[in-house]
Amino acid sequence: MSENTELTYTKKDFSSDQEVKWCPGCGDYAILSAMQTALTKIGRRREDIVFVSGIGCSSRFPYYMNTYGYHTIHGRAPAVASGIKTANPNLSVWVITGDGDGLSIGGNHLIHAIRRNVDMNIVLFNNEIYGLTKGQYSPTTQQGHITKSSPYGSLDRPFSPAKLAFGASATFIARTLDSDSKHMQEIMLEAEAHRGTSFIEIYQNCVIFNDGCHSQYVDKESRNDHSIILTHGNPMIFGGDIKKGIILDHLTLKVVELGGTYTEADCLVHDKTNEMLASLLVAIDANPAMPKLYGVLYAVNDVIYNEQLTAQIAEVKAKKGPADFHKLLYSGDTWNVE
Amino acid sequence: MSAFTEVESVVIRFSGDSGDGMQLTGTQFSNTSAIMGNDIATFPDYPAEIRAPQGTIAGVSGFQIHFGSREIFTPGDEADMLVAFNPAALMVNLKDLKKGGTLLVNSDAFSDSKVAKAGFQTNPIDSGELDGYKVIKVPIDSQTIEALKDIELDTKSKKRCKNFYALGMTYFLYHREMQTTLQWIEDKFSDHPELLLANQTAMKAGAHFAETLEEVVSTYKVSSAKVDPGIYRQINGNTSTAWGFIKAAEAANLPLFLGSYPITPASDILHELSKYKEFDVKTFQAEDEIAAICAAIGASLAGSLAITTSSGPGIALKAEAIGMAISYEMPLVIVNVQRGGPSTGLPTKTEQSDLFQALYGRNGDAPLIIVAASRPNDCFNMAYEASRLALEHMSPVIMLTDGYIANGTEPWKIPDIDTDYAQINHKMLDPKTVDTENWNWISRDPKTHVRDWAIPGMPGLEHRVGGLEKDFETGNVSYDPANHQKMSDTRRDKIEAVKENIPLQEIEGEASGDLLIISWGGTYGAVEMAMRALQKEGKKISLMHLRYINPMPKNVGEVIKNFKKIIVPELNMGQMVHIINAKYGCNAISYHKVEGLPFKISELKTAFTQALNEV
Repeated sequence: MSENTELTYTKKDFSSDQEVKWCPGCGDYAILSAMQTALTKIGRRREDIVFVSGIGCSSRFPYYMNTYGYHTIHGRAPAVASGIKTANPNLSVWVITGDGDGLSIGGNHLIHAIRRNVDMNIVLFNNEIYGLTKGQYSPTTQQGHITKSSPYGSLDRPFSPAKLAFGASATFIARTLDSDSKHMQEIMLEAEAHRGTSFIEIYQNCVIFNDGCHSQYVDKESRNDHSIILTHGNPMIFGGDIKKGIILDHLTLKVVELGGTYTEADCLVHDKTNEMLASLLVAIDANPAMPKLYGVLYAVNDVIYNEQLTAQIAEVKAKKGPADFHKLLYSGDTWNVE
Repeated sequence: MSAFTEVESVVIRFSGDSGDGMQLTGTQFSNTSAIMGNDIATFPDYPAEIRAPQGTIAGVSGFQIHFGSREIFTPGDEADMLVAFNPAALMVNLKDLKKGGTLLVNSDAFSDSKVAKAGFQTNPIDSGELDGYKVIKVPIDSQTIEALKDIELDTKSKKRCKNFYALGMTYFLYHREMQTTLQWIEDKFSDHPELLLANQTAMKAGAHFAETLEEVVSTYKVSSAKVDPGIYRQINGNTSTAWGFIKAAEAANLPLFLGSYPITPASDILHELSKYKEFDVKTFQAEDEIAAICAAIGASLAGSLAITTSSGPGIALKAEAIGMAISYEMPLVIVNVQRGGPSTGLPTKTEQSDLFQALYGRNGDAPLIIVAASRPNDCFNMAYEASRLALEHMSPVIMLTDGYIANGTEPWKIPDIDTDYAQINHKMLDPKTVDTENWNWISRDPKTHVRDWAIPGMPGLEHRVGGLEKDFETGNVSYDPANHQKMSDTRRDKIEAVKENIPLQEIEGEASGDLLIISWGGTYGAVEMAMRALQKEGKKISLMHLRYINPMPKNVGEVIKNFKKIIVPELNMGQMVHIINAKYGCNAISYHKVEGLPFKISELKTAFTQALNEV
């Protein structure tokens, strides 16, 4: 990756001339703004940045970015992005997807891109609903939720995106929220710095079809009591008036009040490189008694598909010598007819 | 060696259990024949199951070779000699042995239980039902084991050398030189000296044994063929396809990227291309067919010559992504090695029934370029052509081959690649020469309607492309009614304009006459042979074999007018015939079949003769 200190982009440099057409109040506006700001800080040239999306509200994102952008077909963005990055490893590649696009129709591509650990960033906007098709339940919709296609309540068990990514051997899993621009930017920067597939889930609000689905742990008034911003090396502490923490009780994460039996010293300290801890952190998503976790849940280094491929090509070239098509044509048995 | 019969060409079919090494045996025979100067064509016919139960009909594997002292276009209709390693092989293949032909059977395999398993009521080698053939009954298993008695090897391994024993026999009967195969054994088993010795010994023993049969069996000699001077090699269709792409990428000075997912009978292209990393070939085995084409699309967007290879069921899955590539107006080659359909169909059998799929199998009006290879060694040329047209016209191109030519092997006169396949002029911009302020990604050449190719990494050319309809002028999303009409017209005109960049259609035979055959794709060999035979009989019959399917060469309509009658033979239920009639309004008649097998020359001759009689 080429660090370039001469780059002096402003947010405007990353805004395209297209009028943004999301619903007023949509969480996507905040994400777009955070992304445009974050890109001024990543040290990459604008022409080396590529946004790839599938289909859905979130997937209109590339049209609004003044970078290279490809609005592809439903669910397939991780596959297209894998091809782009594999063909040109010098690019900064960003996949923009949603809970329907990325986890339902495109679930297979998402897990396999993560499994290969192609060096790119996948940003999944999770609003727990299909927005563009006007309000059907998605793979992250809570059970029992009334939607247009589940008038008596959704029967499906929802996915936890982070847990799915972990199961697919993700090397970087983070979560952030559309109401906190600063945190979103921090996570975007850390994702770009990570080598391998970075998976970011953003809690995003759909004002029309699922308004307030995340409000308890996203809105400023309530979020302190229902979420933790994880920081590597810091204890897992949260709460507004009453301070709380997370401890490890046998094999279970448990919320305790601090100040009485427990003190800060009893709380788990976040270690983003610990696989066992990560397995516990991604497992509490579905538990309403537990706070939501923001920040980098897990980040480790592992082999990267595109780097391995580049290395393998170099290795074969070193072994076989320069390519010669004539030699290939005449390889094996040939015979001369006079 | 005493008396022999000189013949013009011979067809031999080796058949046995899928574990008996029939493909290997046949390949050795054909390589030797090619090196000895014969023209050849081969056809492997193997079961979809890797190892079907031993001795069953389902497990029979065959390999047919046709070699001659004249030009050979097909693996032949009927076999002059059948080698049957077991009763099931005999059951499956006897119908394809010429009456009076030579039949070599492994009598060790004709136990009562094996005979019954193959579906014979009585043992055919004793029952008299083979009376019409020259039968050579040989206990191949036991004779092989006997021949290897001094070699330290378990009996099972010795028995496995029986294919070389039989091969040795056929080499004697057809005056083949053993050196090439003995050398092959030496290279193959260099790490296993006992296997090396066993296989070589078995082969020589087989040849010696055949000599003792000379009293009862005649031997045949096939002289070298008179073919174009040059250096030749053998090549099968899938390898030929793979190499065509490597050459095209070199001629375009672009890296080659293949996104693929394993599927019969196309996987060999993936296997082949994955070997050539030194040519900067990147092969990406995707999680599914859709990801395979999408990764190829991504690689093309990033500046590679990108291809995806599959067969009918896989192409069905790729349809939406092909539509995207059409809408993006970007280069991409999609190879369909056709097999029997619909659905999973007949994975290892050949068919040409995906023509409609190639032309029409997408949502919306979605035209693209289609080419079809005519024979194994033509795959190289058509893969190159598909790449050239994709890159020069910024369009996806579907290249159709089929299981028959993909697996068939024939000699190939190695082309002069420095003159014939030297340069492809793609549309990629040099950003330094672009007036970035006034450039728009969708601006196009007024004549060819082809847009520029700008890729990530080029400063000042950042742009957004999507599958939504685009404004003709700005390239931005547009729902304007008139614009959609204009864009649809443009996509059509762009493909039509490709006519100016492809060769005129060639005619074999007179430019006018009673009957014009219009064929396409892998049926070329059989159609050509049938036509030549009828021309020799004085019939006014000509052939127009199409390799550029969409658009068709601009002289096709003119050619058609000069014939009284038109017949379209094809291995489907009649697809090209519809297209020809719809395009040229010419009342062409159809000759078609879908039996999973190529046309026989004899059946085509009959069909053409009948059509001629009705003129």
